[in-house]
Amino acid sequence: MTWFADHVGEVLGLTAQHVYLAGLPLLIGLLIALPLGWLARRYRVLYAPFTVGTGLLYTIPSLALFILMPFIFGTRILDPVNVLIAMTIYTVALLVRTVADALGAVPDHVVQAARAMGYRRVKRFFAVELPLAVPVISAGLRVAAVSNVSIVSVAAIIGVPQLGLLFTDGFQRTFYDPIIVGIVACTVLALVFDLVILLATRLLTPWQRAAGGRA
Amino acid sequence: MTDLVLAWLTDPAHWTGQDGIIQHTLEHLGYSAISLLIAAAVAIPAGLVIGHTGRGRFLVVNLAGAARAMPSLGLLFIMVLVLGPRLSGDAAFLWPNLIVLIVLAIPPLLSGAYAGVEGVDPAARDAARGMGMSGSQVLLRVEVPCALPLLFSGLRSATLQVIATATIAAVAGLQGLGRFLIDGLAVHDFPQMVSGAVLIAVLALLADLVLALVQRYAVSPGVSGRRLRERVRRRGPDTLAEGLQVR
Repeated sequence: MTWFADHVGEVLGLTAQHVYLAGLPLLIGLLIALPLGWLARRYRVLYAPFTVGTGLLYTIPSLALFILMPFIFGTRILDPVNVLIAMTIYTVALLVRTVADALGAVPDHVVQAARAMGYRRVKRFFAVELPLAVPVISAGLRVAAVSNVSIVSVAAIIGVPQLGLLFTDGFQRTFYDPIIVGIVACTVLALVFDLVILLATRLLTPWQRAAGGRA
Repeated sequence: MTDLVLAWLTDPAHWTGQDGIIQHTLEHLGYSAISLLIAAAVAIPAGLVIGHTGRGRFLVVNLAGAARAMPSLGLLFIMVLVLGPRLSGDAAFLWPNLIVLIVLAIPPLLSGAYAGVEGVDPAARDAARGMGMSGSQVLLRVEVPCALPLLFSGLRSATLQVIATATIAAVAGLQGLGRFLIDGLAVHDFPQMVSGAVLIAVLALLADLVLALVQRYAVSPGVSGRRLRERVRRRGPDTLAEGLQVR
């Protein structure tokens, strides 16, 4: 693994790109999925079209979606923005159903109690329903995070720099080292994303620990 | 741009021949079907047994998580570089790629089969045992039919995974619809790339739709709740309470 020792800087640079391309869509996707999931929960008619529609988006294979982005949004071909948009679409596709189901799983008696205590709709959502939905949403977010990290590496085919470039580079030169370093780095990065979300969930749901387990 | 893509797609010359749309679609479907069949032959029995006995649960849960983190592009390249030189002719590109497709299809199939059996209502299982069914009868006549919805969702995600990875595998020399993306990219033929991307998206959507239809007819209406819903629609909501009591 002398190759890795000689190229640490390069690998770190690509890792930073990878974090950006996989992480930012996760945040934007969550911000988009929250209101959509809320709408799907609030208005029953919207649940089926929203979840089926976003589910259909998720069926489109990643490489095809990357290439369709400039065609649909008029962005430049082979621009990293295409990857950001495509990954955001995947994140939203995974999370809308999760958010709707998570909000639906908030116990009705808790919502009733909050209403009786004078919480109006907006405040009730942010102070009661959303915090209680965090564990389920976080489970969905973890799935999205791990698959985002893996899917982003496909963008190396269209020349967007991130850890996937190590794969194409190694393949073109029939050289194993960069490919193996890339696979390890991708897997470790997925694990780090997963741990960060787990940690954030712990911080956001202190009552789960206070109760000595699941609330 | 749209008319360039339409022009490409409607040009009869692009549909026929060795590099035509029809040929590449058949190849894509063929690779996907073979990989899924082999993966299913391994993963579904294993998942059913793990769900039935409860042994090896740890393995299934972790395998599914680890597989999701695996970058498929890296796996394809490693496999072609390692196995390719040991095989000759077309097989040098075919089998290394197919092996990756099979490996990636196994975890969703395994966890679908496992979770399906695991989630069967214990009362149904006990009733089957009380009726004198043996272990394998309980599995095949009660647990498998009840597990079908989750088994199908595993099959559907495995199918999407395989179709997507077979597309990427064009970089590693596999035929199929991915060729239009990769060959188009090499010569900067953007209409060809977009046309290929549209064809792949349509193929994936159709495959999922077909499986959804098969699922609708394969899953017993008693399990999916469809019969109950139909009765409610015909006779009014009172049936719902009655039906739920029976359940």
